[in-house]
Amino acid sequence: MATTAPTTSSTHRRQPTRRSRWWLEVGWKYPLAAVIIFYAAFPLVFVLSASLDERGSLAGTQRLFGSISLNNYQELNDTLFWTWVGNTLIIGIAAAIGAVLMGAAAAYAFSRFRFKGRRTSLTGLLILQMFPQTVAFVAVFLLLISLGEVIPALGINSKIALICVYLGTALGANTFLMYGFFNSIPMEMDEAAKIDGASHSQIFWGMIIPLVRPVLAVVGLLAFISAFGDFILARIILVSSENWTLAVGMYQWVSDQLTARWGIFSAGTVIAALPVLVLFLALQRYIVGGLTAGSVKG
Amino acid sequence: MSTETTAPAPSQSTDAHSRRWTGLGWGFIAKLLLMMIVNALGVSAIMSAWNAQAWVILGASIVLLAIADWVYFSRRMLPMKYIYPGLVFLLVFQVFTMIYTAYVATTNYGAGHNVSKSQAIDAALIQAEREVEGSPSYPLAVVRDGDTIGFAISEDGVVEVGTADEPLAEVDGAVDDSGRPTEVDGWEVVPVTDLLKDQALAQDVTALRVAVSDEADDGSLRTREGSTAKVYRSSLVWDEDADTLTDVDSGVVYTPNDRGTFVGDDGSTLPAGWYVNVGFENFTKAVTDPEYAKPLLRVTAWTFAFAVLTVVSSFLLGLFFAIVYNDDRLRGRKTLRTLFILPYAFPAFLTALLWRGMLNPEFGIINKWFFFGADINWLGDPWLARFSILFVNLWLSYPYWFLVCTGALQSLPSETTEAAKIDGAGRWRQFRSITFPLLLVSTAPLAIASFAFNFNNFTIIYMLTNGGPRFDDTSVPLGATDILISAIYQISGVAGGRADYGLAAALSIVVFVVVGIVSALAFRQTKKLEEF
Repeated sequence: MATTAPTTSSTHRRQPTRRSRWWLEVGWKYPLAAVIIFYAAFPLVFVLSASLDERGSLAGTQRLFGSISLNNYQELNDTLFWTWVGNTLIIGIAAAIGAVLMGAAAAYAFSRFRFKGRRTSLTGLLILQMFPQTVAFVAVFLLLISLGEVIPALGINSKIALICVYLGTALGANTFLMYGFFNSIPMEMDEAAKIDGASHSQIFWGMIIPLVRPVLAVVGLLAFISAFGDFILARIILVSSENWTLAVGMYQWVSDQLTARWGIFSAGTVIAALPVLVLFLALQRYIVGGLTAGSVKG
Repeated sequence: MSTETTAPAPSQSTDAHSRRWTGLGWGFIAKLLLMMIVNALGVSAIMSAWNAQAWVILGASIVLLAIADWVYFSRRMLPMKYIYPGLVFLLVFQVFTMIYTAYVATTNYGAGHNVSKSQAIDAALIQAEREVEGSPSYPLAVVRDGDTIGFAISEDGVVEVGTADEPLAEVDGAVDDSGRPTEVDGWEVVPVTDLLKDQALAQDVTALRVAVSDEADDGSLRTREGSTAKVYRSSLVWDEDADTLTDVDSGVVYTPNDRGTFVGDDGSTLPAGWYVNVGFENFTKAVTDPEYAKPLLRVTAWTFAFAVLTVVSSFLLGLFFAIVYNDDRLRGRKTLRTLFILPYAFPAFLTALLWRGMLNPEFGIINKWFFFGADINWLGDPWLARFSILFVNLWLSYPYWFLVCTGALQSLPSETTEAAKIDGAGRWRQFRSITFPLLLVSTAPLAIASFAFNFNNFTIIYMLTNGGPRFDDTSVPLGATDILISAIYQISGVAGGRADYGLAAALSIVVFVVVGIVSALAFRQTKKLEEF
């Protein structure tokens, strides 16, 4: 604000100075913004255009939206794409619900009860969550082979097994984010409910859970997005193509340069990314807060 | 909010409330039902672990189930009631896998050494099975009961059935003119045409061995084509006391060595091996083996370079955009912000795959639009591929830093900058001496976390380049853009190729150590511990 003072005093002397000053301080930011938006958006616009291209390859694309056809989208029906969408949704939603429930329950215990080993367990969780599970994928793989011989549902090529593996990180990743949030709810409310005769579980389900809904939404969404974007664990655990998630399946479409199917890949990308994009932008405020607190990135 | 719960507390309505709150209500019934399901699942897991003789899983299941029952039916374990479910998953799928990684790192677990010793002996016996000379060939029908397949043969009109687990036993049934069973009591006869159509079934059938009797020396029945069975017998004999395998045909005696392989007295080895403890050999192999040492060193260097450069470049670009567009005089800032963070909202694996297509030298849009159709091999040249990875990851992650820095800038106290301005500090001076140091305080922990994340950013590497282009001076399947985690993936062979779980696990331990050190730094930075 202080910088505008000398500007106003000199305006009556020379008009062009003010305009050039505006250009120098503010105006140039608009053309730069256009460049940044081009940088940020052109791959997205390009994939939309490629998905509508009737020839179904990146090779033919000479200019954006040169031809408009829904061929690629129709061709998706001849592939396992919708099965993969279903698998991704099942796995992602199950992982999200599990992460929310387990994280919330643990955060409730750490926030509301005072017990022996509480500080130690919290520190332990904090340290554990720093070691990414994916790095231990060899051990996960070998563990599931052994488990599968006993309980087939927890073996290789089982969606349930993959969900369980994802849930292994639920406590470490989410407890802290929720713990802080739970602490911001005054203990007096618990006391009041307790005086009314509420049990600990009634306080948890009836009072705390409704109050912390925003953080539950964030944790659920983050868990879903991380399951959605995981490749390495899904790739080694899910063997047969009808069990694949989108990340594994769509990688298979384009991994081989000779047989790459970019047309249906583009169409699949548009369908798969659109809901995530919309959800993310709509909830960006919460997600950024959550990311900053939990230090994770999808 | 608080008025809702505290208001009814005064005298007159306590009665109604206490009645609603107390008692063994639906909550108890729900808990009972849940625990019934948990116990049913747990007991069935224990029983199948018993049947499969998987003692570790058996022990773990018993302990976990017992603790679960104790926690949920005792009044004293209140906090545990809330922590236990998550804790079980944490223990099994995170803590155990980390410990197991450390264990595997000290073994030669991998191709040729992937079972325990007793399993390796069984495998050796099966591999050495030969058709018994002069064995009669029995007319055969493949039968099934649900998922179990078995062999039904007939000898002098008597039908006998056996499976992989059960030796041959007599059952009621009917045979056709050739003696092939057509009806078998309790089993469904699989038509021969099904074997031709169903490849997987045909493979199961050719792999199936049905013991002729309880005596292992009697051999077992096998089939090549699904219509006749012959007796096979192993040429090897296992001597449990001497711990040797003897080939009865050639007379060679195979003794186990300390590397998990049977070596014959003529120097030959059996293909089936088991895993043994090799101490720190995997770690020394990574550093000294000429095949691995040099590529792994380059991979490690690139891992650090990639993680550092990604964080620095995306931080600086995000910070620059944040400073430029954190300006009240600009119109439409909200729209601009949403458009700026588009790449971040786009799923990362799709981004990497999409860029893979766009950077393709032949038909990629990048060459065509921005380089006038030049034939630049972005992902095929080592340095260009590294540059491409950094560029794509910059595209992916600058929005994160843009958001973080915008938030941090807005929360900076304006008094300090005002004061500096009055003292005559120029804009650059203000930024260098005040804004930037203050920003670093709040963003350094995130930068360290981002470093740790990118250190293991498998998706971007694998999706964009597969780690390629390959190093051409080694046979190890590693390439110029491989980072440690993708190198581990290639070496482990979990997705095909020659498996070396031991070496892969050893490298995982190295990554854990690096991440641990980096996290310890972050730990001290954030001093999160002081919060609770």
